Amino acid sequence: MKKSVLAIVAFLAAFAALAARAQLTIDITTSGGRQIPVAILPFAGEAAQPQPVSTVVGADLARTGLFRLVNAVGVSPLPTEPSEVNFVDWQARTAEALVIGKIEPQAGGRVEVRFRLFDVQKQSQLASFSYVIAPAQLRATAHRIADVIYEKLTGEKGVFSTKVTYVVKRGTRYELQVADADGANAQAVLASNEPIISPAWSPDGSRIAYVSFDQKKPVVVVQNLAQGTTRVVAAFWGNNSAPAWSPDGTRLAVTLTKDDISQIYVIPADGGQPRRMTVTPAIDTEPNFSPDGKWIAFTSDRGGSPQIYRMPAEGGPAQRLTFEGTYNVRPRFSPDGKSIAFVQREAGRFRIAVLEIATGQVTVLTDGTLDDSPTYAPNGKMILYEAQANGRGQLAAVSSDGRVRQRLVSSAGDVRDPAWGPLPTN
Amino acid sequence: MKKIALSIAMATLVAACGSQEVKKDVPVDDRTGATTQPTRPTTSTTSPTTRPTITANPLTDPANVLSKRSVYFDFDSNVVKDEYRGLVQSHAKYMVDKRDTKIRVEGNCDERGSREYNLALGQRRAEAVKKVMTVLGVQEGRIETVSFGEEKPAAAAHDEASWAKNRRGDIKYAGE
Repeated sequence: MKKSVLAIVAFLAAFAALAARAQLTIDITTSGGRQIPVAILPFAGEAAQPQPVSTVVGADLARTGLFRLVNAVGVSPLPTEPSEVNFVDWQARTAEALVIGKIEPQAGGRVEVRFRLFDVQKQSQLASFSYVIAPAQLRATAHRIADVIYEKLTGEKGVFSTKVTYVVKRGTRYELQVADADGANAQAVLASNEPIISPAWSPDGSRIAYVSFDQKKPVVVVQNLAQGTTRVVAAFWGNNSAPAWSPDGTRLAVTLTKDDISQIYVIPADGGQPRRMTVTPAIDTEPNFSPDGKWIAFTSDRGGSPQIYRMPAEGGPAQRLTFEGTYNVRPRFSPDGKSIAFVQREAGRFRIAVLEIATGQVTVLTDGTLDDSPTYAPNGKMILYEAQANGRGQLAAVSSDGRVRQRLVSSAGDVRDPAWGPLPTN
Repeated sequence: MKKIALSIAMATLVAACGSQEVKKDVPVDDRTGATTQPTRPTTSTTSPTTRPTITANPLTDPANVLSKRSVYFDFDSNVVKDEYRGLVQSHAKYMVDKRDTKIRVEGNCDERGSREYNLALGQRRAEAVKKVMTVLGVQEGRIETVSFGEEKPAAAAHDEASWAKNRRGDIKYAGE
């Protein structure tokens, strides 16, 4: 017993060492449209802390491409109260919004982080929050502050406190990693000498379903992140793949070949008896539940070429959704359920496109050659995907209007198959 | 007619692999006798009871067609090409003879396209190989078809030469 605990500790330590090398850094490669000028002042007292909170907040906002950081260098003394803010000065510096804050030590080694967000033109306060936290939570708190600012200034939920998962291939070694949405704190939650594909977050973010090849064939596994436990939920005769969570987290749509070639089934999320959802002589795969749970979108080549279809989640006739081109695959519903991101092949190039379901209009968002695996941010504003750069897999992101593009740079081999996690539940 | 075409394909393959070595290979000889193929005269003297106990494992003997395990496919195709039919048929006959053998056929794709759709395409290729074998009398339950999609490329470069090597079905015997 003790030995196994030690082994686990050693295992985790090895992962931590790997994770330290595997950080993703995110660069904006294109941004378009108007950017909101925001001044984010250094927080009083933050220099004494292990994390520069205001820097993390500024980086979060800047990375979206929707904000321009106004130079706040040389401001002295730093205002920490509304009465100390010289709004005329910030108007002259063309800032439309201003963030001030301070960090003060509290009893028991904790710190209090306070921040305020102002509308510079109206000279009014838009938000004011205080968090009493352990210093280890400073970075997470910075992301929460960025979420508040983002929501106040854009009207949309921020996704800075979310996590992403993706697969890193280094030589013959595969790791499933989980990182903060800004690429920091990357940690391997699983390592294998066999491929790992198709990770999918449970709606509450507590579990990840994925396809493991440890049994020398594709098998669907659900891993509990907090407990580190895994459960094989689909290991039937043939292939078991493409897990997709129902919005209530109780079921998984999967692709099985136990009765036929690839067909879609629904199984309990803890494993159990599969219920067959498609009965065709064609490939039916890549299921994805609509956010309201009413539909399952999927890829099928029943019409001769792979196209995107949807069917009622309780079963029933399928309806074809894509009609242009000969290769439209891997559908993913947007969080509002109105659009579907997918992979389109045109003239031998694979790109990420978005279909507006009501109108059937398709917009191509990327210009790569082997783009794959689109995954929406939970606010629907960005799509993370896998791209090829210099002969290896890299992650990239594009805003759902196509105007902002990010490249997620990693030194750690092939990075692929991303999945964006849900909004935190607190 | 079909049988003759098969025999010719077999003969071609056997020739390619070196006929001297194949003669020593009892399982191949034995089942050839059973299907009465006219082009294989060496088999008539060999029967299961006189089978030598110590021979190279036909499945791993590089001179034996059974050591060849990969069937290559054209782009966007799951048709087992004529040049690989003999190979697949040899494995089918080995399995018909060795009733305790089970195999997995692993389908593979090149890297282009979505991972999961490629997994399904690889499955279809594995099924195509299986179909050739079941037609020759191997029970379905002895052949599990699985797919690695684009996850296990035999060649890593991003060009047609590599992609051609990656569009394949591999035959793996249980325990290998």
